[in-house]
Amino acid sequence: MSNVLVVVEQREGKLNRVSFETLRGAQQLAAEMGWTLEAAVLGANPADIAAEIAKTKVAKVYALSCAACEHYTPDAYAAALKQFIESKKPTLVLMPHTYQVRDFAPKLTTALNRTLISDAVGYRQDGNKLVFVRQMFQGKFAADVSFAGEAPYFATFQAGAFRGDQVETGSAPVEAVTLNVDASSIRNKPLEIFKEAKQAVDLTQAEVIVSVGRGIKEQKNIEIVQKLAEALGAEVAASRPICDSGWLPMDRQVGSSGQTVAPKLYLALGISGAIQHIVGMKGSRSIIAINKDAEAPIFEIADIGIVGNLFEIVPPLIEEIKKAKGA
Amino acid sequence: MKQVPQKDAPLKLNESATWIRDDVSYEVNEPDAYALEEALRQKEKHGGEVVVITAGPARAQTVLREGLAKGADRAIHLEDNGFVGLDAFNTAKAFAAAIKDEQFDLIFTGLQSDDYGYAQTGVILAQILGWPHATIIMHIDKTDAGIKVKRELEAGFFQNVDMPLPAVLTIQSGINKLRYATLIGIKQAKNKPLRKVTMDEVKSSLGDNMQKIEKLYIPQKTKKTEMLEGPPAEVAKKLVEKLKNEVRVL
Repeated sequence: MSNVLVVVEQREGKLNRVSFETLRGAQQLAAEMGWTLEAAVLGANPADIAAEIAKTKVAKVYALSCAACEHYTPDAYAAALKQFIESKKPTLVLMPHTYQVRDFAPKLTTALNRTLISDAVGYRQDGNKLVFVRQMFQGKFAADVSFAGEAPYFATFQAGAFRGDQVETGSAPVEAVTLNVDASSIRNKPLEIFKEAKQAVDLTQAEVIVSVGRGIKEQKNIEIVQKLAEALGAEVAASRPICDSGWLPMDRQVGSSGQTVAPKLYLALGISGAIQHIVGMKGSRSIIAINKDAEAPIFEIADIGIVGNLFEIVPPLIEEIKKAKGA
Repeated sequence: MKQVPQKDAPLKLNESATWIRDDVSYEVNEPDAYALEEALRQKEKHGGEVVVITAGPARAQTVLREGLAKGADRAIHLEDNGFVGLDAFNTAKAFAAAIKDEQFDLIFTGLQSDDYGYAQTGVILAQILGWPHATIIMHIDKTDAGIKVKRELEAGFFQNVDMPLPAVLTIQSGINKLRYATLIGIKQAKNKPLRKVTMDEVKSSLGDNMQKIEKLYIPQKTKKTEMLEGPPAEVAKKLVEKLKNEVRVL
Protein backbone atom coordinates (compact mmCIF):
# COMPACT_ATOMS: atom_id res chain seq x y z
CA MET A 1 0.00 0.00 0.00
CA SER A 2 1.36 3.36 -0.97
CA ASN A 3 1.06 6.35 1.25
CA VAL A 4 1.31 10.10 1.10
CA LEU A 5 2.82 12.21 3.83
CA VAL A 6 2.07 15.93 4.03
CA VAL A 7 4.55 17.95 6.07
CA VAL A 8 2.66 21.04 7.19
CA GLU A 9 4.52 24.24 7.93
CA GLN A 10 4.86 26.06 11.22
CA ARG A 11 6.99 29.07 11.93
CA GLU A 12 7.81 30.10 15.47
CA GLY A 13 4.96 27.91 16.70
CA LYS A 14 2.31 29.19 14.28
CA LEU A 15 0.71 27.07 11.57
CA ASN A 16 1.12 28.47 8.07
CA ARG A 17 -2.42 28.32 6.64
CA VAL A 18 -1.13 27.53 3.15
CA SER A 19 -0.59 24.02 4.59
CA PHE A 20 -4.36 23.43 4.25
CA GLU A 21 -4.06 23.88 0.50
CA THR A 22 -1.41 21.17 0.32
CA LEU A 23 -3.54 18.96 2.56
CA ARG A 24 -6.51 19.47 0.24
CA GLY A 25 -4.42 18.56 -2.81
CA ALA A 26 -3.10 15.53 -0.97
CA GLN A 27 -6.62 14.44 0.04
CA GLN A 28 -7.71 14.49 -3.61
CA LEU A 29 -4.59 12.71 -4.78
CA ALA A 30 -4.77 10.03 -2.08
CA ALA A 31 -8.46 9.38 -2.83
CA GLU A 32 -7.87 9.06 -6.57
CA MET A 33 -4.85 6.81 -6.19
CA GLY A 34 -6.32 4.77 -3.32
CA TRP A 35 -3.39 5.73 -1.11
CA THR A 36 -3.27 6.42 2.63
CA LEU A 37 -2.75 10.00 3.71
CA GLU A 38 -0.85 11.02 6.82
CA ALA A 39 0.42 14.40 7.99
CA ALA A 40 3.33 15.54 10.11
CA VAL A 41 4.36 18.73 11.83
CA LEU A 42 7.89 19.39 13.03
CA GLY A 43 8.90 21.73 15.82
CA ALA A 44 10.02 22.04 19.42
CA ASN A 45 6.40 21.87 20.66
CA PRO A 46 4.28 20.59 17.78
CA ALA A 47 1.35 19.24 19.87
CA ASP A 48 -1.06 22.17 19.38
CA ILE A 49 -0.57 22.34 15.64
CA ALA A 50 -0.81 18.55 15.37
CA ALA A 51 -4.18 18.76 17.18
CA GLU A 52 -5.37 21.35 14.68
CA ILE A 53 -4.32 19.22 11.72
CA ALA A 54 -5.98 16.18 13.34
CA LYS A 55 -9.33 17.85 12.61
CA THR A 56 -8.82 17.25 8.90
CA LYS A 57 -9.45 14.01 7.06
CA VAL A 58 -6.13 12.19 7.37
CA ALA A 59 -5.31 8.73 8.70
CA LYS A 60 -2.85 9.96 11.30
CA VAL A 61 -0.92 13.04 12.38
CA TYR A 62 2.67 12.78 13.59
CA ALA A 63 3.74 15.43 16.06
CA LEU A 64 7.49 15.45 15.47
CA SER A 65 9.19 17.11 18.39
CA CYS A 66 12.79 18.08 18.07
CA ALA A 67 14.41 20.35 20.65
CA ALA A 68 16.95 21.64 18.13
CA CYS A 69 14.10 22.68 15.80
CA GLU A 70 12.78 25.45 18.04
CA HIS A 71 14.00 28.12 15.66
CA TYR A 72 14.06 27.17 12.02
CA THR A 73 17.40 26.19 10.48
CA PRO A 74 17.89 24.12 7.32
CA ASP A 75 20.39 21.86 9.12
CA ALA A 76 17.98 20.91 11.93
CA TYR A 77 14.91 20.57 9.71
CA ALA A 78 16.64 18.46 7.07
CA ALA A 79 18.26 16.21 9.68
CA ALA A 80 15.02 15.69 11.64
CA LEU A 81 12.84 15.01 8.61
CA LYS A 82 15.46 12.71 7.12
CA GLN A 83 15.31 10.55 10.27
CA PHE A 84 11.54 10.44 10.20
CA ILE A 85 11.19 9.75 6.47
CA GLU A 86 13.82 7.00 6.58
CA SER A 87 11.88 5.26 9.34
CA LYS A 88 8.37 5.79 7.89
CA LYS A 89 9.23 5.23 4.22
CA PRO A 90 6.36 7.18 2.66
CA THR A 91 5.84 6.83 -1.09
CA LEU A 92 5.23 10.51 -1.67
CA VAL A 93 5.97 13.53 0.51
CA LEU A 94 4.06 16.74 -0.22
CA MET A 95 4.79 20.20 1.16
CA PRO A 96 3.69 23.76 0.39
CA HIS A 97 6.16 25.72 -1.78
CA THR A 98 6.97 28.35 0.83
CA TYR A 99 10.20 30.26 1.36
CA GLN A 100 10.96 27.98 4.32
CA VAL A 101 10.38 24.79 2.35
CA ARG A 102 12.45 26.16 -0.54
CA ASP A 103 15.23 26.63 1.99
CA PHE A 104 15.41 23.08 3.36
CA ALA A 105 13.58 20.73 0.98
CA PRO A 106 16.29 20.46 -1.73
CA LYS A 107 18.82 19.79 1.05
CA LEU A 108 16.59 17.10 2.54
CA THR A 109 15.98 15.34 -0.77
CA THR A 110 19.68 15.51 -1.68
CA ALA A 111 20.62 14.03 1.70
CA LEU A 112 18.21 11.17 0.94
CA ASN A 113 19.60 10.90 -2.60
CA ARG A 114 16.13 11.62 -3.96
CA THR A 115 14.62 14.39 -6.04
CA LEU A 116 12.04 17.13 -5.56
CA ILE A 117 9.53 18.42 -8.10
CA SER A 118 9.14 21.92 -6.77
CA ASP A 119 6.40 24.52 -7.24
CA ALA A 120 3.81 22.22 -8.83
CA VAL A 121 0.35 23.62 -9.56
CA GLY A 122 -1.35 20.24 -9.79
CA TYR A 123 -0.97 16.56 -10.55
CA ARG A 124 -2.58 14.02 -12.82
CA GLN A 125 -2.56 10.37 -13.66
CA ASP A 126 -1.09 9.76 -17.07
CA GLY A 127 -1.79 6.09 -17.71
CA ASN A 128 -0.28 4.41 -14.67
CA LYS A 129 2.13 7.27 -14.13
CA LEU A 130 1.62 10.06 -11.64
CA VAL A 131 2.80 13.34 -13.13
CA PHE A 132 3.06 16.72 -11.51
CA VAL A 133 2.15 19.80 -13.50
CA ARG A 134 4.37 22.83 -13.14
CA GLN A 135 4.82 26.12 -14.91
CA MET A 136 7.98 26.72 -16.90
CA PHE A 137 9.51 29.66 -18.72
CA GLN A 138 7.76 32.10 -16.41
CA GLY A 139 4.37 30.56 -17.08
CA LYS A 140 4.60 30.51 -20.87
CA PHE A 141 4.48 26.73 -20.84
CA ALA A 142 3.21 24.06 -18.51
CA ALA A 143 5.12 20.82 -18.08
CA ASP A 144 4.13 17.34 -16.98
CA VAL A 145 6.99 16.08 -14.87
CA SER A 146 7.36 12.48 -13.73
CA PHE A 147 9.63 10.77 -11.22
CA ALA A 148 12.20 8.20 -12.26
CA GLY A 149 13.85 5.83 -9.81
CA GLU A 150 12.61 4.81 -6.42
CA ALA A 151 10.43 6.31 -3.71
CA PRO A 152 10.23 8.36 -1.61
CA TYR A 153 9.19 11.05 -4.09
CA PHE A 154 8.94 14.69 -3.09
CA ALA A 155 6.84 17.52 -4.50
CA THR A 156 5.83 20.98 -3.35
CA PHE A 157 2.60 22.78 -4.30
CA GLN A 158 2.45 26.45 -5.21
CA ALA A 159 0.24 28.73 -3.10
CA GLY A 160 -3.23 28.83 -4.63
CA ALA A 161 -2.90 25.45 -6.39
CA PHE A 162 -5.71 24.00 -4.22
CA ARG A 163 -8.50 25.45 -2.13
CA GLY A 164 -7.51 25.33 1.53
CA ASP A 165 -11.06 26.17 2.58
CA GLN A 166 -12.27 22.97 0.93
CA VAL A 167 -10.11 20.68 3.04
CA GLU A 168 -12.19 17.73 4.26
CA THR A 169 -12.63 17.55 7.99
CA GLY A 170 -12.18 14.49 10.14
CA SER A 171 -10.77 13.27 13.39
CA ALA A 172 -7.35 11.69 13.28
CA PRO A 173 -5.18 10.15 15.98
CA VAL A 174 -1.99 12.00 16.86
CA GLU A 175 1.24 10.09 17.41
CA ALA A 176 4.04 11.89 19.22
CA VAL A 177 7.50 11.16 17.85
CA THR A 178 10.73 12.49 19.34
CA LEU A 179 13.56 13.17 16.92
CA ASN A 180 17.07 13.78 18.16
CA VAL A 181 19.16 16.27 16.27
CA ASP A 182 22.59 17.13 17.64
CA ALA A 183 22.51 20.87 18.29
CA SER A 184 26.22 21.16 17.53
CA SER A 185 25.56 20.03 13.94
CA ILE A 186 23.57 23.22 13.27
CA ARG A 187 25.80 25.74 11.52
CA ASN A 188 23.48 28.69 10.89
CA LYS A 189 22.53 30.86 13.86
CA PRO A 190 19.15 32.44 13.17
CA LEU A 191 18.79 35.90 14.73
CA GLU A 192 15.82 38.23 15.01
CA ILE A 193 12.87 38.25 12.59
CA PHE A 194 11.85 41.78 11.66
CA LYS A 195 9.87 43.97 9.29
CA GLU A 196 11.36 46.90 7.43
CA ALA A 197 10.01 50.36 8.17
CA LYS A 198 6.24 50.17 8.16
CA GLN A 199 4.71 49.89 4.73
CA ALA A 200 3.58 53.33 3.65
CA VAL A 201 1.12 52.10 1.05
CA ASP A 202 -1.51 49.51 1.85
CA LEU A 203 -2.49 48.22 -1.57
CA THR A 204 -4.75 45.58 -0.06
CA GLN A 205 -7.35 48.26 0.65
CA ALA A 206 -7.37 49.71 -2.88
CA GLU A 207 -10.55 49.28 -4.94
CA VAL A 208 -8.78 49.92 -8.23
CA ILE A 209 -5.13 49.23 -9.00
CA VAL A 210 -3.17 50.20 -12.08
CA SER A 211 -0.09 48.02 -12.16
CA VAL A 212 2.95 48.32 -14.35
CA GLY A 213 5.59 45.86 -15.50
CA ARG A 214 8.66 45.65 -17.69
CA GLY A 215 6.72 46.77 -20.74
CA ILE A 216 7.04 50.34 -19.48
CA LYS A 217 10.68 50.17 -20.61
CA GLU A 218 12.02 53.32 -18.93
CA GLN A 219 11.63 55.10 -15.62
CA LYS A 220 10.38 58.31 -17.22
CA ASN A 221 7.46 56.40 -18.74
CA ILE A 222 6.06 55.65 -15.29
CA GLU A 223 4.45 59.08 -15.53
CA ILE A 224 1.73 57.97 -17.96
CA VAL A 225 0.85 55.15 -15.59
CA GLN A 226 0.49 57.64 -12.77
CA LYS A 227 -1.71 59.81 -14.96
CA LEU A 228 -3.94 56.87 -15.80
CA ALA A 229 -4.17 55.92 -12.12
CA GLU A 230 -5.06 59.49 -11.24
CA ALA A 231 -7.82 59.57 -13.85
CA LEU A 232 -9.22 56.28 -12.53
CA GLY A 233 -8.77 57.15 -8.86
CA ALA A 234 -6.52 54.12 -8.54
CA GLU A 235 -3.39 53.16 -6.64
CA VAL A 236 -0.24 52.51 -8.67
CA ALA A 237 1.40 49.13 -8.21
CA ALA A 238 4.17 47.25 -10.00
CA SER A 239 5.74 43.89 -10.65
CA ARG A 240 9.01 43.07 -8.96
CA PRO A 241 11.47 44.16 -11.72
CA ILE A 242 10.09 47.72 -11.63
CA CYS A 243 10.74 47.97 -7.89
CA ASP A 244 14.10 46.20 -8.20
CA SER A 245 15.13 48.92 -10.65
CA GLY A 246 14.02 51.58 -8.17
CA TRP A 247 11.45 53.04 -10.60
CA LEU A 248 8.75 52.67 -7.95
CA PRO A 249 9.26 52.06 -4.23
CA MET A 250 9.25 48.48 -2.91
CA ASP A 251 5.97 49.04 -1.04
CA ARG A 252 4.19 49.28 -4.42
CA GLN A 253 5.14 45.72 -5.31
CA VAL A 254 2.47 43.09 -5.89
CA GLY A 255 3.40 39.41 -5.89
CA SER A 256 4.90 36.64 -3.79
CA SER A 257 7.53 38.95 -2.33
CA GLY A 258 5.23 41.96 -2.15
CA GLN A 259 1.59 42.52 -1.30
CA THR A 260 -1.33 40.26 -2.14
CA VAL A 261 -4.25 42.25 -3.48
CA ALA A 262 -7.83 41.58 -4.56
CA PRO A 263 -9.27 44.87 -5.85
CA LYS A 264 -12.42 45.35 -7.88
CA LEU A 265 -10.24 46.12 -10.89
CA TYR A 266 -6.62 45.23 -11.56
CA LEU A 267 -5.36 46.87 -14.72
CA ALA A 268 -2.04 45.31 -15.74
CA LEU A 269 0.10 47.34 -18.12
CA GLY A 270 3.07 45.67 -19.76
CA ILE A 271 3.06 42.86 -17.19
CA SER A 272 3.86 39.48 -18.72
CA GLY A 273 2.39 37.57 -15.80
CA ALA A 274 5.22 35.63 -14.20
CA ILE A 275 3.97 33.22 -11.54
CA GLN A 276 5.50 35.31 -8.76
CA HIS A 277 3.34 38.25 -9.80
CA ILE A 278 0.15 36.31 -10.48
CA VAL A 279 -0.01 34.78 -7.01
CA GLY A 280 -0.31 38.32 -5.66
CA MET A 281 -3.26 39.48 -7.79
CA LYS A 282 -5.19 36.56 -9.23
CA GLY A 283 -7.93 37.04 -6.66
CA SER A 284 -8.87 40.40 -8.21
CA ARG A 285 -12.54 40.65 -9.20
CA SER A 286 -11.74 41.94 -12.67
CA ILE A 287 -8.40 41.72 -14.45
CA ILE A 288 -7.66 43.77 -17.53
CA ALA A 289 -4.34 43.25 -19.30
CA ILE A 290 -2.64 45.36 -21.93
CA ASN A 291 0.47 43.73 -23.37
CA LYS A 292 2.20 43.74 -26.74
CA ASP A 293 2.87 39.98 -26.57
CA ALA A 294 -0.27 37.99 -27.40
CA GLU A 295 1.34 34.92 -25.79
CA ALA A 296 1.97 36.63 -22.44
CA PRO A 297 0.69 34.43 -19.58
CA ILE A 298 -1.18 37.40 -18.08
CA PHE A 299 -3.85 36.85 -20.75
CA GLU A 300 -4.56 33.43 -19.27
CA ILE A 301 -6.04 35.00 -16.18
CA ALA A 302 -7.34 38.25 -17.66
CA ASP A 303 -11.06 38.91 -18.06
CA ILE A 304 -10.42 41.51 -20.71
CA GLY A 305 -7.28 41.56 -22.83
CA ILE A 306 -5.79 44.03 -25.27
CA VAL A 307 -2.83 43.06 -27.41
CA GLY A 308 -1.06 46.25 -28.32
CA ASN A 309 1.38 48.99 -27.52
CA LEU A 310 0.55 50.49 -24.15
CA PHE A 311 2.12 53.81 -25.16
CA GLU A 312 -0.47 54.12 -27.92
CA ILE A 313 -3.43 52.88 -25.91
CA VAL A 314 -2.98 54.60 -22.55
CA PRO A 315 -3.15 58.26 -23.71
CA PRO A 316 -6.54 57.93 -25.47
CA LEU A 317 -7.70 55.76 -22.56
CA ILE A 318 -6.95 58.59 -20.11
CA GLU A 319 -8.90 60.99 -22.32
CA GLU A 320 -11.90 58.65 -22.57
CA ILE A 321 -11.93 58.11 -18.81
CA LYS A 322 -11.86 61.83 -18.18
CA LYS A 323 -14.72 62.29 -20.65
CA ALA A 324 -16.76 59.51 -19.00
CA LYS A 325 -16.18 60.99 -15.56
CA GLY A 326 -17.04 64.47 -16.72
CA ALA A 327 -20.31 63.26 -18.22
CA MET B 1 25.14 31.66 -13.88
CA LYS B 2 22.66 30.35 -16.36
CA GLN B 3 21.76 31.35 -19.86
CA VAL B 4 18.00 31.42 -20.45
CA PRO B 5 15.74 32.49 -23.33
CA GLN B 6 15.19 36.23 -23.53
CA LYS B 7 12.14 37.34 -21.59
CA ASP B 8 9.99 38.41 -24.50
CA ALA B 9 11.42 35.96 -27.04
CA PRO B 10 8.65 33.93 -28.69
CA LEU B 11 9.29 30.30 -27.75
CA LYS B 12 8.46 27.28 -29.88
CA LEU B 13 8.28 23.67 -28.76
CA ASN B 14 10.66 21.09 -30.19
CA GLU B 15 9.30 18.13 -32.18
CA SER B 16 8.92 15.82 -29.21
CA ALA B 17 7.38 18.68 -27.16
CA THR B 18 9.82 18.04 -24.33
CA TRP B 19 11.79 21.29 -24.56
CA ILE B 20 11.88 24.49 -26.56
CA ARG B 21 13.55 24.91 -29.93
CA ASP B 22 17.04 26.25 -29.61
CA ASP B 23 16.71 29.00 -32.26
CA VAL B 24 15.80 31.81 -29.86
CA SER B 25 17.75 34.71 -28.37
CA TYR B 26 19.30 34.11 -24.99
CA GLU B 27 20.27 36.28 -22.06
CA VAL B 28 21.63 35.95 -18.53
CA ASN B 29 19.14 34.57 -16.04
CA GLU B 30 18.20 37.75 -14.21
CA PRO B 31 18.58 36.56 -10.61
CA ASP B 32 22.07 35.32 -11.55
CA ALA B 33 22.98 38.83 -12.72
CA TYR B 34 22.20 40.06 -9.20
CA ALA B 35 24.26 37.21 -7.76
CA LEU B 36 27.27 38.24 -9.85
CA GLU B 37 26.81 41.90 -8.93
CA GLU B 38 26.79 40.98 -5.24
CA ALA B 39 29.98 38.92 -5.65
CA LEU B 40 31.69 41.85 -7.37
CA ARG B 41 30.61 44.20 -4.58
CA GLN B 42 31.92 41.83 -1.90
CA LYS B 43 35.22 41.64 -3.73
CA GLU B 44 35.42 45.42 -3.92
CA LYS B 45 34.89 45.59 -0.16
CA HIS B 46 37.00 42.69 1.01
CA GLY B 47 39.36 41.80 -1.84
CA GLY B 48 39.76 38.38 -3.38
CA GLU B 49 38.77 36.94 -6.70
CA VAL B 50 35.45 36.44 -8.49
CA VAL B 51 35.01 33.40 -10.72
CA VAL B 52 31.95 32.95 -12.96
CA ILE B 53 30.75 29.47 -13.90
CA THR B 54 28.07 28.19 -16.23
CA ALA B 55 26.95 24.89 -17.78
CA GLY B 56 25.58 24.82 -21.31
CA PRO B 57 26.50 24.66 -25.00
CA ALA B 58 28.98 27.00 -26.73
CA ARG B 59 26.43 29.85 -26.83
CA ALA B 60 26.48 30.02 -23.01
CA GLN B 61 29.99 31.46 -23.18
CA THR B 62 28.34 34.86 -23.79
CA VAL B 63 27.18 34.80 -20.16
CA LEU B 64 30.72 34.27 -18.96
CA ARG B 65 32.19 36.96 -21.23
CA GLU B 66 29.61 39.37 -19.91
CA GLY B 67 30.55 38.47 -16.34
CA LEU B 68 34.24 38.93 -17.10
CA ALA B 69 33.50 42.28 -18.72
CA LYS B 70 31.71 43.42 -15.58
CA GLY B 71 34.72 42.57 -13.44
CA ALA B 72 34.95 38.82 -12.78
CA ASP B 73 38.55 37.58 -12.84
CA ARG B 74 38.17 34.24 -14.56
CA ALA B 75 35.54 31.84 -15.85
CA ILE B 76 34.69 28.14 -15.96
CA HIS B 77 32.50 26.74 -18.73
CA LEU B 78 31.03 23.27 -18.49
CA GLU B 79 30.56 23.12 -22.21
CA ASP B 80 28.19 20.55 -23.67
CA ASN B 81 24.67 20.58 -25.03
CA GLY B 82 23.98 17.68 -22.64
CA PHE B 83 24.09 19.99 -19.63
CA VAL B 84 20.80 21.57 -20.76
CA GLY B 85 18.89 18.35 -20.13
CA LEU B 86 20.21 17.67 -16.62
CA ASP B 87 17.89 17.90 -13.64
CA ALA B 88 18.86 20.20 -10.76
CA PHE B 89 20.56 17.41 -8.79
CA ASN B 90 22.78 16.43 -11.71
CA THR B 91 23.54 20.06 -12.58
CA ALA B 92 24.74 20.62 -9.01
CA LYS B 93 26.79 17.40 -9.16
CA ALA B 94 28.44 18.60 -12.37
CA PHE B 95 29.33 21.96 -10.79
CA ALA B 96 30.68 20.25 -7.66
CA ALA B 97 32.90 18.02 -9.81
CA ALA B 98 34.13 20.94 -11.91
CA ILE B 99 35.22 22.99 -8.87
CA LYS B 100 36.64 20.21 -6.72
CA ASP B 101 40.16 21.66 -6.86
CA GLU B 102 39.04 25.24 -6.27
CA GLN B 103 39.03 26.90 -2.85
CA PHE B 104 36.04 29.24 -2.73
CA ASP B 105 34.79 30.98 0.41
CA LEU B 106 31.38 31.81 -1.01
CA ILE B 107 29.25 30.54 -3.86
CA PHE B 108 26.49 32.84 -5.09
CA THR B 109 23.59 31.71 -7.27
CA GLY B 110 20.41 33.46 -8.32
CA LEU B 111 17.44 32.32 -6.24
CA GLN B 112 15.86 30.57 -9.23
CA SER B 113 16.02 30.37 -13.00
CA ASP B 114 13.62 32.00 -15.41
CA ASP B 115 13.28 28.81 -17.47
CA TYR B 116 12.86 25.86 -15.05
CA GLY B 117 12.16 27.92 -11.95
CA TYR B 118 13.03 25.02 -9.63
CA ALA B 119 14.92 27.18 -7.10
CA GLN B 120 17.00 24.18 -6.06
CA THR B 121 20.45 24.07 -7.66
CA GLY B 122 22.20 26.30 -5.09
CA VAL B 123 20.83 24.45 -2.09
CA ILE B 124 21.63 21.05 -3.60
CA LEU B 125 25.18 22.19 -4.38
CA ALA B 126 25.67 23.25 -0.75
CA GLN B 127 24.54 19.82 0.45
CA ILE B 128 26.86 18.02 -2.00
CA LEU B 129 29.80 20.17 -0.89
CA GLY B 130 28.84 19.77 2.78
CA TRP B 131 28.56 23.54 3.20
CA PRO B 132 25.88 25.55 5.00
CA HIS B 133 23.56 27.66 2.86
CA ALA B 134 20.97 30.40 3.10
CA THR B 135 18.38 31.35 0.49
CA ILE B 136 16.69 34.50 -0.84
CA ILE B 137 19.41 36.82 0.47
CA MET B 138 18.97 40.60 0.53
CA HIS B 139 22.14 41.70 2.33
CA ILE B 140 25.56 40.32 3.29
CA ASP B 141 27.97 41.56 5.96
CA LYS B 142 31.33 40.05 6.80
CA THR B 143 31.76 39.19 10.49
CA ASP B 144 34.71 37.89 12.52
CA ALA B 145 33.38 34.34 12.43
CA GLY B 146 31.99 34.34 8.87
CA ILE B 147 29.04 36.30 7.52
CA LYS B 148 25.76 37.76 8.63
CA VAL B 149 23.05 37.60 5.94
CA LYS B 150 19.58 39.03 5.69
CA ARG B 151 17.06 36.47 4.42
CA GLU B 152 13.77 37.51 2.91
CA LEU B 153 10.84 35.68 4.49
CA GLU B 154 7.26 35.94 3.32
CA ALA B 155 4.78 38.77 3.92
CA GLY B 156 7.39 41.51 4.26
CA PHE B 157 9.42 39.85 7.02
CA PHE B 158 13.18 39.39 7.09
CA GLN B 159 15.58 37.46 9.28
CA ASN B 160 19.26 37.91 10.00
CA VAL B 161 21.34 34.75 10.13
CA ASP B 162 24.95 34.32 11.27
CA MET B 163 26.77 31.62 9.38
CA PRO B 164 30.30 30.29 8.93
CA LEU B 165 32.25 30.12 5.68
CA PRO B 166 32.50 28.53 3.21
CA ALA B 167 28.82 28.84 2.33
CA VAL B 168 26.36 28.93 -0.56
CA LEU B 169 23.95 31.86 -0.83
CA THR B 170 21.04 32.18 -3.25
CA ILE B 171 20.54 35.84 -4.06
CA GLN B 172 17.22 37.66 -4.38
CA SER B 173 16.70 39.99 -7.34
CA GLY B 174 16.89 43.62 -6.33
CA ILE B 175 19.57 43.11 -3.63
CA ASN B 176 21.70 45.69 -5.43
CA LYS B 177 21.79 47.82 -8.54
CA LEU B 178 23.27 46.09 -11.56
CA ARG B 179 26.26 47.66 -13.27
CA TYR B 180 26.86 47.83 -16.97
CA ALA B 181 30.03 46.49 -18.51
CA THR B 182 32.40 49.27 -19.56
CA LEU B 183 34.14 49.35 -22.94
CA ILE B 184 37.44 48.76 -21.21
CA GLY B 185 35.91 45.88 -19.29
CA ILE B 186 34.65 44.29 -22.49
CA LYS B 187 38.12 44.62 -24.01
CA GLN B 188 39.85 43.17 -20.96
CA ALA B 189 37.39 40.27 -20.79
CA LYS B 190 38.86 38.84 -23.99
CA ASN B 191 42.16 38.19 -22.27
CA LYS B 192 40.85 36.80 -19.01
CA PRO B 193 41.26 33.06 -18.41
CA LEU B 194 38.36 30.77 -19.28
CA ARG B 195 38.65 27.11 -18.33
CA LYS B 196 36.54 24.65 -20.28
CA VAL B 197 35.25 21.48 -18.67
CA THR B 198 33.90 18.72 -20.91
CA MET B 199 31.04 16.36 -20.16
CA ASP B 200 33.58 13.50 -20.07
CA GLU B 201 35.45 15.14 -17.20
CA VAL B 202 32.41 15.23 -14.91
CA LYS B 203 30.41 12.26 -16.24
CA SER B 204 31.55 9.85 -13.54
CA SER B 205 30.05 12.16 -10.91
CA LEU B 206 26.59 12.22 -12.49
CA GLY B 207 23.71 9.81 -12.05
CA ASP B 208 20.51 9.17 -13.96
CA ASN B 209 18.08 12.08 -13.93
CA MET B 210 15.52 11.35 -11.23
CA GLN B 211 12.82 13.45 -12.83
CA LYS B 212 11.74 13.79 -16.39
CA ILE B 213 9.76 16.31 -18.39
CA GLU B 214 7.17 14.12 -20.11
CA LYS B 215 5.82 16.96 -22.16
CA LEU B 216 5.71 20.72 -22.44
CA TYR B 217 2.57 22.50 -23.61
CA ILE B 218 0.70 25.79 -23.65
CA PRO B 219 -1.18 25.96 -20.35
CA GLN B 220 -4.92 25.49 -20.49
CA LYS B 221 -6.88 28.64 -19.98
CA THR B 222 -8.92 28.66 -16.84
CA LYS B 223 -10.71 31.87 -17.72
CA LYS B 224 -12.48 33.13 -20.79
CA THR B 225 -10.73 36.30 -21.85
CA GLU B 226 -12.55 38.81 -23.96
CA MET B 227 -10.04 40.37 -26.35
CA LEU B 228 -10.64 43.95 -27.47
CA GLU B 229 -9.33 44.72 -30.94
CA GLY B 230 -8.97 47.73 -33.18
CA PRO B 231 -6.96 50.92 -33.44
CA PRO B 232 -5.87 52.44 -30.08
CA ALA B 233 -8.54 55.16 -29.95
CA GLU B 234 -11.29 52.66 -30.64
CA VAL B 235 -9.95 50.14 -28.13
CA ALA B 236 -9.77 52.89 -25.50
CA LYS B 237 -13.45 53.71 -26.14
CA LYS B 238 -14.51 50.07 -25.91
CA LEU B 239 -12.56 49.63 -22.70
CA VAL B 240 -14.11 52.66 -21.04
CA GLU B 241 -17.58 51.28 -21.92
CA LYS B 242 -16.62 48.08 -20.09
CA LEU B 243 -15.24 50.01 -17.13
CA LYS B 244 -18.53 51.85 -16.89
CA ASN B 245 -21.07 49.09 -17.52
CA GLU B 246 -19.43 45.82 -16.53
CA VAL B 247 -16.54 46.48 -14.14
CA ARG B 248 -18.42 49.47 -12.73
CA VAL B 249 -15.50 51.53 -11.57
CA LEU B 250 -16.50 54.70 -13.40
